[in-house]
Amino acid sequence: MSILAKFSQLQQTYDQLGALQPNPFAVTFEQILSSTEGVIDGRRTILLGTNNYLGLTMDADCIAQSVQALQQQGTGTTGSRVANGSYASHRALEQDLAKFFQRQHCMVFSTGYQANLGMLSTLVGRGDHLILDADSHASIYDGARLGHAEVIRFRHSDPDDLYKRLRRLKDTPGSKLIVVEGIYSMLGDLAPLREIAQVKREMGAYLMVDEAHSMGVLGEHGRGLAEAAGVEADVDFIVGTFSKSLGSVGGFCVADIEGFNVLRVACRPYMFTASLPPSIIASTRQALRHLEADATLRARLTNNANHLYEGLRELGLQVGPHASPIVSVALEDQALAVRFWNALLHNGLYLNLALPPATPSNKPLLRASVSAAHSRRQIDRAIQLFGEVAVQLGVLGTGSGAPIAMVA
Amino acid sequence: MTDSSENIRVDVIAALKKILPRPVAISGATHIVQDLGLDSLAIMNFMLEIEDRFDISIPLDRAADIATVDDLVLAIEALVKQEKA
Repeated sequence: MSILAKFSQLQQTYDQLGALQPNPFAVTFEQILSSTEGVIDGRRTILLGTNNYLGLTMDADCIAQSVQALQQQGTGTTGSRVANGSYASHRALEQDLAKFFQRQHCMVFSTGYQANLGMLSTLVGRGDHLILDADSHASIYDGARLGHAEVIRFRHSDPDDLYKRLRRLKDTPGSKLIVVEGIYSMLGDLAPLREIAQVKREMGAYLMVDEAHSMGVLGEHGRGLAEAAGVEADVDFIVGTFSKSLGSVGGFCVADIEGFNVLRVACRPYMFTASLPPSIIASTRQALRHLEADATLRARLTNNANHLYEGLRELGLQVGPHASPIVSVALEDQALAVRFWNALLHNGLYLNLALPPATPSNKPLLRASVSAAHSRRQIDRAIQLFGEVAVQLGVLGTGSGAPIAMVA
Repeated sequence: MTDSSENIRVDVIAALKKILPRPVAISGATHIVQDLGLDSLAIMNFMLEIEDRFDISIPLDRAADIATVDDLVLAIEALVKQEKA
């Protein structure tokens, strides 16, 4: 029997999806025309599923900074920061991020995934407790698995359930770390952070917020949900990514806790991996400057997000509970979702297909992510296509237009 | 098995029957995933229900070792004892 035999069922599911080419999990962009347009199968396609919230991937200043760093410092660092040394720009980016979040400390990781893997596996250890939202991203679950803390879950975005779990741990020794996300990546719903912070204060625990999808999106200065909810003082650790609003790749954690820097020699996903290339650091720093200086980016993003959310809701499609740059439409079954997704793609609209068990309710999702760089015309076209395909496939006329239930 | 574990088993089986679409015979030796065909989301929600029912939290590493109804019963019993201690 092959070593891969255990994947036979997964292989079968994957092959079924591919029957209606292209396979939703193997899309290739032949060309990128702008931050909102590409070419797929020779067709000009609107990109509405790239998490490119501020549209900075093709920003001229970011590219110029990146090119300069590439020419002056080379293509890669060829090693880890601990073993092979940091470049000055790694430190500078950490200082920029700490200043932006008004925190003392920052550590930069090579991906957002590694930031969660590193922080969660290191901050809590044997005898400590991790309390995760049940709908947490895979990187949070994987970080929990890599470490040695006891891991328990509370019901998605349910502060009362969180309270109950902390109460059960009340007399148990060890540090307790609660982990939530600013915006959840599947439905675009926001954590009830004010209430969660209150539970944290009352029960005594540390709180980490993953602002991957909310940095540059929420808050007056773009610092994310903690800023928007007015609870930054209660949030002990913020993790995030460069691969969304900042248009590159990498991750970070900021905090005020004393002694933070010891993590640089304790955190394995930070220590035993190559550091980010200087060209990435340079574009990320420039993107952060844009994010800070240009509030119109956030305003355009919010307008576009609201326009798409309202447009799809008015059509009668089942959208998520909050308008945010992630707008998801739930469909009844997988075969329908795959046909819907294919029809949109053939008409020049790319977005993401998410299937259970990766989705919070047991329904497949068509997941759009809006950008500040989308034109009103592109969003209108997306709404129009959704409407046409929904009618063709018989989705509309039967849908209730009710929000998707967050818990099955 | 003690008296308390027998009571726990009755509760666990009742909770499982509630989420199954059809009536199925369930015993202590029933494999929760393999025999009942529940998906991971249904399992997660079932575990959250069980945790509430017994006022315990089952850590994920312990949940990973649970295959049969009796495995779950033993885990619950141990956690309830720990809670009372």
